[in-house]
Amino acid sequence: MDADSFGFLDAGARRELRRACFKAVCIPGYQVPYASREMPIARGFGTGGLQITLSLLTPEDTLKVIDQGADDSVNAVNLRRFLLATCPGVSATTRTGEATVIQTRHRVPETALRSGQIMVYQVPYPDPLQIVEPSESRRRRMHAEGDYARLWVRLYEDLVRFREVAISNRYPARVHGRYVIDPSPIPRWDLPKLHRSAALHLFGAGREKKVYAVPPWTVVEPLAFSDVPFQVEAFRRADGGRHACTRCGADDSYLDEIPLPGGGRRWQCNDQDHCDGRLAARSPAGAAP
Amino acid sequence: MGYVAIRGGEAAITEAARLLDVLRSAAGGEPLGVDAIRDQLGLLVDRVCGEGGCWEPRLAALAVKQSRGDPLEAAFLLRAWRSTRPRLGATAPHRGSELRLVRRISAAFKEVPGGQVLGPGSDYLQRLFRYDLLDESPEAFRSAARDWFAGAAPAEVPATLPKVLDALRAEGLLTPPRPPLEAYDVTREPLVFPVPRPAALAAMARGETGGLLAMAYSTMRGYGYLHPTVAELRYGFLPLRWPHPATGQEVEAGEVPVTECEIVAMHGQGDAEGEPPRFSLGYGCCLGHQEVKAIAMAMCDRSLQNGAERGAQHPAEDAEFVLMHIDGIESMGFCSHYKLPHYVTFQSDLDNLRKSRSKLAGGTDAASAALAEVGDGR
Repeated sequence: MDADSFGFLDAGARRELRRACFKAVCIPGYQVPYASREMPIARGFGTGGLQITLSLLTPEDTLKVIDQGADDSVNAVNLRRFLLATCPGVSATTRTGEATVIQTRHRVPETALRSGQIMVYQVPYPDPLQIVEPSESRRRRMHAEGDYARLWVRLYEDLVRFREVAISNRYPARVHGRYVIDPSPIPRWDLPKLHRSAALHLFGAGREKKVYAVPPWTVVEPLAFSDVPFQVEAFRRADGGRHACTRCGADDSYLDEIPLPGGGRRWQCNDQDHCDGRLAARSPAGAAP
Repeated sequence: MGYVAIRGGEAAITEAARLLDVLRSAAGGEPLGVDAIRDQLGLLVDRVCGEGGCWEPRLAALAVKQSRGDPLEAAFLLRAWRSTRPRLGATAPHRGSELRLVRRISAAFKEVPGGQVLGPGSDYLQRLFRYDLLDESPEAFRSAARDWFAGAAPAEVPATLPKVLDALRAEGLLTPPRPPLEAYDVTREPLVFPVPRPAALAAMARGETGGLLAMAYSTMRGYGYLHPTVAELRYGFLPLRWPHPATGQEVEAGEVPVTECEIVAMHGQGDAEGEPPRFSLGYGCCLGHQEVKAIAMAMCDRSLQNGAERGAQHPAEDAEFVLMHIDGIESMGFCSHYKLPHYVTFQSDLDNLRKSRSKLAGGTDAASAALAEVGDGR
């Protein structure tokens, strides 16, 4: 494989993507349109994130790919397989700390990210205004004018009708005091991790053909009223305490609720690497049950 | 450091792909020849080429075989392959009048200069089964073409014919042709609305036939009625002219089959103030023999022009609504993506719903948790 074919994309596509990413970093939160290429992976399965990752990787990189917090979920496996086959020399890891590039769908790792790491998000809907305005040309105008009034009204109406903002994930957040972004379908739990994060966060929407970014150390504020604070998922027990992971015991991680046959549920860390890491730290042999 | 083995998923993916292959051959029989698919399922291959966005019939036939006959999946395969090909350049504008005709009909006039050329078409078929095809002998199969060619008279019709609309144009009844706009390569530039007409035409040419038809049908049924007449529908081979690399002179580099449709719609005001009213035109052109698609495209083109001129009053007049929803590869991909696990976001939905229900019941966060555990059985 010669230098031109490393990373699957042709030189023109790679250049365009890198330019789009630079522009996105320069205008935090602004959705940069680009000519998204057709990938051998179906639209909706992460082609936007995939194109960014392909344009970023060098043989020196260490890659982590997760879907729903897991490294071994089928879509993550499939994307990793494709990335490793088209980017020879790149190493793969499941450890958040070891990775230089992390492609993800729906989660931000629990382990704090460090400077120099790049998060790449797979984005189905790049525009937070999509829930209030279907037309993209009108949405572009609203962004340009900083007109997020209808989004605020939507939050207010939710509070009146449900006593809760009914946006459970993809929670809109203002970046650097200007553009409001759709942070991709991460739970509210993950949104505070973007605020003044040491890592660079790149968002790719392949089908909708947009790239946007949250640069390192950038202010990211969830939209919230001063008297109704933004709240993450609570995982509360009936006695008022918090559910903990039945595997590693963590009571400070995002949990999966797993219905058991015959009733009842089990709670378990969603971030598989985080859970494994805690178990390994507890038993020096590193044996995971 | 090399590849780190990951549990689970890998084996599942490999086995899923293997099972598809098992299904293809489980019933026994002979494997389908790619050439047979290309030659005998020509309309399917044409559709795959059209939606795949390139004329590559043999690979399209392979795509049909590989996808077990799923046209969306086959078009996707061709598109994914196409996106790895370099773009060699752009030709000068070609005209529909250059088509080497196989078929050409006009609904606007009883007779047209050059005549109606019915050619191969299924319009007047009685849709009754031909049970003899159930068990067709190779001899009977071959004789159809052999007998036809043996009895065919030398061509009486010239290879190219003037356009039906030329006469109307000469009379000034039709919008005069506008200078060609620059081609808009939708594979290299995203659609940022409003888009120029070439972008709309390019997007529709590789649009999904059913999606485009649904949009066009909505105009036919009254959501922005156009009162259309098919002035001309032609199917044939378009000679492709390309500058010779040495001399720079245009030479014919090959030909590509296309279907072209021009519809004349209800008259509108002339371009400038005080000009007499004129017929207006809708244009459709797509790869291969795809008549329904070409007509639907022409109607959508006309409908979108209405929307651009006086604001969209119907769905099919809204460029964003039409163009963003007719791409088969994108809509099929996104529809399929809902099969991916979504348990992280669903967990978040659950949390939200439980909290909301508890608060509406007058409770606190702790009560919300109690409510959450009602179904826990613990």
